[in-house]
Formats: sequence, C-alpha cells, structure tokens
Amino acid sequence: MIDTLPVLAQTDLSSLDTFLQMLVGGLALGTIYALLAMGFVLIFKATQVINFAHGALVAIGAFFVAIVVLDFEIPGRWMPGAPEWLTWSLAAALGVVAGGLIGLLLERLFIRPMVGEPLFQIAILTVGLDIVLRTIVDDIAGLDGRPLADPWGIATARFGNVTIPHTQLVQFGVVLFLMIVVALFFRSRTGIAMRATAWDQEAARAQGIKVGRIFGISWFLGALLAGVAGVFASIFPRAAGVSSATAFVAFGAFPAIILGGLDSVVGAVVGGLIIGLAESAASIYLVQFSSVLGSGFSAIIGYVIMLLVLLIRPYGLFGTEEIRRV
Amino acid sequence: MLSVENLEVVYNDVVLVLRGISLEVPDGKIVALLGGNGAGKTTTLRAITGLLDVHEGDVTKGEIYLDGKRITHDDPSERVRMGISQVMEGRRVFAELTVEENLRAGAYTNRNGGKVKKAHDRVMTLFPRLKERRNATAGYLSGGEQQMLAIGRALMQEPRILILDEPSLGLAPLLVQEVRDIIVEINAQGTAVLLIEQNANMALSIAHHGYIMETGKMVMDGDPKRLLKDEDVKEFYLGLHAGGEKKSFRDVKHYKRRKRWLS
Repeated sequence: MIDTLPVLAQTDLSSLDTFLQMLVGGLALGTIYALLAMGFVLIFKATQVINFAHGALVAIGAFFVAIVVLDFEIPGRWMPGAPEWLTWSLAAALGVVAGGLIGLLLERLFIRPMVGEPLFQIAILTVGLDIVLRTIVDDIAGLDGRPLADPWGIATARFGNVTIPHTQLVQFGVVLFLMIVVALFFRSRTGIAMRATAWDQEAARAQGIKVGRIFGISWFLGALLAGVAGVFASIFPRAAGVSSATAFVAFGAFPAIILGGLDSVVGAVVGGLIIGLAESAASIYLVQFSSVLGSGFSAIIGYVIMLLVLLIRPYGLFGTEEIRRV
Repeated sequence: MLSVENLEVVYNDVVLVLRGISLEVPDGKIVALLGGNGAGKTTTLRAITGLLDVHEGDVTKGEIYLDGKRITHDDPSERVRMGISQVMEGRRVFAELTVEENLRAGAYTNRNGGKVKKAHDRVMTLFPRLKERRNATAGYLSGGEQQMLAIGRALMQEPRILILDEPSLGLAPLLVQEVRDIIVEINAQGTAVLLIEQNANMALSIAHHGYIMETGKMVMDGDPKRLLKDEDVKEFYLGLHAGGEKKSFRDVKHYKRRKRWLS
C-alpha cells in the first residue's frame, strides 16, 4: 500500500521488480483481510449473526497486546534472559487470547439472550456494541495511539530488488500457521460439531451438541483472529500503534467477505487475498491516472470488484447456493 | 425403561397439543406410536428429547422418567448422554458434511475412543451402503441412503432407546421394508425402539406394543395383533372396510362415521 510508494516513485512501472513488490504488499494486506474475513465468516456460519462489531474486536485484540506487552510486561518480567522476540510473541499471544475472551464475553452477555430474536435486530445490536467498544478503546488508547513495541521495528529484508519488512515475514508465517490450524480445527470433534450446528441447529442439538457452547467457541475464535489481524495492522509498516483508526481495517475486509461468499471460510481467504492484491496493484499502477480517478482510488477498488462480482455471482465466489440432490 | 406420565404440552402458551398422554417403552422392546397428522406424535418426541424450546413449546403438566429418574426438564445433550437418541422426521442429515463427518457429529457426546470405534463398526455392518459412500457429501445421497445415515448417526451415540420419527416417510415400498428390517435388527442387538409412524401396517408388524394417538390424546393401546384387527384401526389407518376388502375413498365419509375407539 502506501508504504511501498516512496521506493517505487522513481521505479519503472512495467518492471518485474515493481510487480513483485506489489505482490508482496498485496499479500501482506490480503492476509490481514483474510484473517478478518475468516473470523467474520466463522461467526456468521455458526450463529447467523452479521457481526458489525468485528472492527472493534480488531482494535481490542491489538489494544490488549499493547497493554500486556507494555503495561504489564507479561510474561517478560519473569523471563529476564529470554530473547525479546520470544517474550513479545508470548505477550502478543496472551493479548490476542484476551481479545478472544472478550468475544466470548460479548456472546454470553449480549448475543445469547437474543437467540431466537430476528437476525436483523441482533445485527443492529452488534452495531451498538461496535460503537461502545470502539469508544472505550479510543478513550484509553487515545488519538495518538499506543505503540505495540514489537522487536522487529522497521527492519527490512531484501530479496533481489524486493524489500520486505521483517514484520511482514513474521505475519506471513503466523497467518499460514493460523490457516492450517483453522483447517484442522474444522476436522476436529468440535469443528465438525460447529459445521453441523451451522447447517441445522435443531438436528445438531438432537445429537447432543451443546449449541450455546459452539456459539461461544465461534465468537472466541472470530475475535481471536480479528485480534491477530489487529496486531499486524498496528505495527510497521501499516501504523505506529493501535489507535482509533485500527478498527477501520475491518471496512477493507468487508468487500473480501462479500466477495468470497458470506458462508465460506475458503472464500474468505481467497476474497481477502484478491482484495488485498487489488488494493496494492491499484495503489501502484493506477496512481498515474490519479487526475481522472482521484488520489485514493485504491481504498475503493475492493468495493468496485465486489460490485462487479456480485453482478455475476450474487452469492459470492465460494458462497453456496445450497447443496441439493437433483 | 422410558415412561411418560400424563404429559401436557402447550405451544406459544396457548396451543394445547398434548392433553395428558402416557406411554411406556420397556427395555429391549419395540413400541409403535401411531396417529394421523397433527395428533401430537412429533411433539411427544420433542418432549422426550428436550427439543420443545426451539418451537416455543412447554411441558405444563406431567413427567418423563428414564429408569425412574425424572428427566422432564433436563438438557437435551444430557438426555442423549443418558441413552435417548432420536432420528428426526425428514432425515435432517448435515448435507454439507461427508457421511463420515455426519457420523462423527453423531458421536459428539460419545468421547470414549473405543466405544466410538465399536459404534462405528456396528453402523458400517448394518449399512454397508454407507461404508461405500463414507466420503461422499451427505447432501448428494439418495433419500434411502440419507435415512440410513440419519439412523446410523443416532446409533453412534450407542443409545439404549432409539426414537424414530416417520422413518418410512417418502421412501419407496422396498426401502420401507429395508428400514423395517433394520429396526428389527437394531432392536435384536438390545436397543429399545419407539417407532413413530403413519404407516400403521409397517409399524404394527414389528412392534411389541402399540399406541394410537388422536388430537393430543392416547385413544387406544395394546397388543399390535389386536390393534390390527380393530375395526377403527382397520378403517382409519389401514384403509380397509369392515369386510376386509379395500374401500373406495369416495365411500369414506369421515364426518358421518363416528369413531368409537373401543378398547
């Protein structure tokens, strides 16, 4: 995105290096969107709730990491000799899990009592939750934001003529790991129960599956993935810390969710990557047309793609119409 | 033994659906529960398995006991754990999951690896067809296969009492026979069966005891052979005239013919 621009301002737009740099930037952004979309789809599939508070969960996850790392120094204070990347990673994991627990708490306190109410009302409830949570985070984090103090800082690696920040290398690894974990989770006992619940709640209950527990788990996982996305959205090169702007990453992920299809986790990943790459490409290749398109076109390219795809496939790229025996 | 005593169920606080019904399912027996549309058969099932709440239903009177223990208001998953499993009307398989995953979803409460394996083997022997199609997406199975899967899924819970809600619904006559034979086989392996049916002939041919419901009440119960001979059962459930020959639908004037339900 923007971070790659200064380097590329004087480079040749038709060169391979520019393309590769665009690809890296697009993947970095796309994987953040993919995490967000996965969490969103997870919650939607299991509970049919459109979670407008997902942006707030992004900020909360990152915010907890800032608190755990900086304010409480957990677990660093008990590990004096340990390398910084280790203590930071552990603290980040703790903070993200804490963000997941907030998701669990929201489900228990606000969503659970609404079970059986019209879905539209629950969606509106999440809008309210979003406003309240964001206000709280804004209040504490402030407009200037809180740095996450990650150990990688602004260090970059060079592969040929392509520059990749260390943070993004870490990000690629973490996202890949999480995707594998989620894929395995869906084949586990609880994961199958979750998919069964998503398909037919009553039949799932008839098998002895505790649907309420499944709801809680899906909110926990959704919030956790959102928190991870929030962490990577709050460090170099995206931002200097968690602030009131962090939650808005979710707006970028929205077209990814719709594009992939609301009810497909695979679609969420693919949609996220497509939108991320498109934004990255637009920010580089469409800059030359800025007199026509305006300067911030990359911010809306995702929505343009979403609209175009919806014209052809209203249920998204991977969204199921419905499996039916013919 | 499962026993239902004077059960009264109300939907939406106003619609009285069950008006004090009682029934018993002794260990190791097949019990048939017959009745027309809207008699309250499925409501009885929901009350026994604890799924009334999603339909805004409530047990307002009466109790349900399993081996003398009151389970009227227990959690549905608790009841599954205690050994009451159900095969819901219309099969309700998890269409997006594979056959194997459907079975694993069925085994959710069964956390003992050895037991799950045993239950799985049993299902695979009972339904060789499922074994062939174990990796197929359940939504693409034929109706008969889906019914087998729904029964197999319930068997993964190793139930003591299996409740089947209209397992013959929408199946070809040959498949109905197959389902019947499987129910007998399951019962022979020691599982008690409560068979809810509209197909009275099929149900009464294998049951050890039969109940007949109408508009929320038990109107008759007894030995299936005796029920099959009853004039009212013959006329209203088997479509036979008093003489035994088939009767034209034209001659069945429901409103003129008063049921006696003499038992």
